[in-house]
Amino acid sequence: MKYSVRIGLKKALVYTVSFVLCVTSVMPFLVMFVNASRENYDIQQGISLIPGNMLKENMQTLRDRQNFNVARGMWNSFQVAGLSTVLALYFSTLTAYGLVVYSFRLRKAAFTLIMATMMIPTQVSIVGFFTFMFRMGLTNTYWPLTIPAIASPTVVFFMRQYMLTALPLEMVEAARIDGSSEFNTFNRIALPLMKPALATQAIFIFIGSWNRLFEPTMLISSQDKYTMPMLVALLRSDRFRTDYGTVYLALSLTVLPLIVVYLLLSKHIIRGVALGGVKE
Amino acid sequence: MATGRKNKSVSYARYGYLFILPFFLVYIVFQAYPLINTFYLAFQKYMLTGAGKWVGPKFVGLDNFKNVLTKGYAIRALSNTSIMWIINFIPQIFLALLLAKWFTDTRMRIRGQGLIKVLVFMPNIITAASISVLFYSLMAYPQGPINSLLATLGVIDANIYANPGTAALVAVRFLEKGWYTRIAIAFINFWMWYGNTMIVLISGILGISPTLYEAAEIDGATSGQSFRKITIPLIKPIILYTLVTSLIGGMQMYDVPALMLQDGSPAKAMIQTNTMYIMELVYSGTKDYGRGAAVSILLFIVTAVLSLILFFILRDRDENMVKRRGQK
Repeated sequence: MKYSVRIGLKKALVYTVSFVLCVTSVMPFLVMFVNASRENYDIQQGISLIPGNMLKENMQTLRDRQNFNVARGMWNSFQVAGLSTVLALYFSTLTAYGLVVYSFRLRKAAFTLIMATMMIPTQVSIVGFFTFMFRMGLTNTYWPLTIPAIASPTVVFFMRQYMLTALPLEMVEAARIDGSSEFNTFNRIALPLMKPALATQAIFIFIGSWNRLFEPTMLISSQDKYTMPMLVALLRSDRFRTDYGTVYLALSLTVLPLIVVYLLLSKHIIRGVALGGVKE
Repeated sequence: MATGRKNKSVSYARYGYLFILPFFLVYIVFQAYPLINTFYLAFQKYMLTGAGKWVGPKFVGLDNFKNVLTKGYAIRALSNTSIMWIINFIPQIFLALLLAKWFTDTRMRIRGQGLIKVLVFMPNIITAASISVLFYSLMAYPQGPINSLLATLGVIDANIYANPGTAALVAVRFLEKGWYTRIAIAFINFWMWYGNTMIVLISGILGISPTLYEAAEIDGATSGQSFRKITIPLIKPIILYTLVTSLIGGMQMYDVPALMLQDGSPAKAMIQTNTMYIMELVYSGTKDYGRGAAVSILLFIVTAVLSLILFFILRDRDENMVKRRGQK
């Protein structure tokens, strides 16, 4: 009896803390969405959880007066993130396949090298990267933001770990006996077997690329090529200082698609995060 | 099976090289060469003046390093970054561990875990730039929503224009007072990442064999004892992995502090990170690529040391896995 009371009390504490944390996670976004439909004056009067009726007006101000083109930014980000994802997935799986299926003299060295480079962040070589891209005339294009995705060490690492358990080498042998070329075996047999891992990685690569701010800021200079986060950074400038309603609206427009995608894929995403941690 | 592999290696080895070739080509051109180029530039005087005139490259030895370390802000930036990372990470790992303990406790069987995980992880997936500008707006002075909330709660005077002499406390200048801004930045990072850390720790704890806990329970261990004596020692590698990845990521911290920095705010001296300093050197006005590269190299050295630690952790884990696979 006493034991069950103690457990009961402890459970009450756990649920209370969890509730507070969930509210803390959601509240800033809720205030943002509500404020997107309120007038500047009302926003300054205090927090409210009841939407206002200025959504249409704020929308008009944002589009006409502020010239803030959310659709354009999204399309730009979509191109960069989409191409990066496709390149990273295909070539990382190809690299992992090379490392898992074939034995060659430099196999172990190649894998060790990939692992060693895994945690060197791109930020530390950005200056040399920028001046090189500048000399090549590639600044203010999306190539420097997408092509490097072909060499994504963390994705290779993940794909290799998955392939070790998901791809029976007997299958590759069987395909060979049937006369399938090596490249064909990879495309037709190995790649489809990797689907679950590809799906998980696709979500993470896409969102990771979509959210990047540092490299695009350095490389992209004309505003019609700005990616979404670069556009968001503009919201701090003085021309927006006087109208918070449109700032919250613009932020809502940038956040809403991610929240929708997240809620739809949350199960896969959370499973993916858990998997990444155990990696073995 | 071992002999099968050997036969293959004779005829198919070239495909191995062919398949890993694109990775290494792109890596060399887009990552290794830029890193070497950064090293080279760190020892050169190389800049683009505001008028569009190129100066250099001209070899200047260690001048750039001396400059950023003594006259410049490299040390300050490194200490700012470390301080903000520490105030974010210590509460983050403790909260994540506490929640992981609660949610895996079989005696409590907490329900609704799926929903809790979805909600507390959410900030991690949203664009850091959007989140920073959101908090930047929420913390506005004097009438931002957070100050309004503080006034409603009676923490600060409701009349935000009250004379500081008469009011108990006035609206807070979150974005101008160094420590407030630092704590705000650390809080945002904490808020964005503790859900991620929690999920990683939970999956680590769930990987521990339940028989260990059953045995402990039969021997009369409390859940606190089981946690200290079984869980913590067994998830130590995962905690270490979280620590090192967070530290390496933290050293590159850019989005949140850069967007929480108000133009001309005195808080800059206390929140400018290394990546922000690099951006300042090479992005506006006179673009000083030599000094920017020097700061990058300092950051690289710090990161490389941390990476090396992680590399050894991961390598040991991988070797264990290959061994186990061999036994099958």
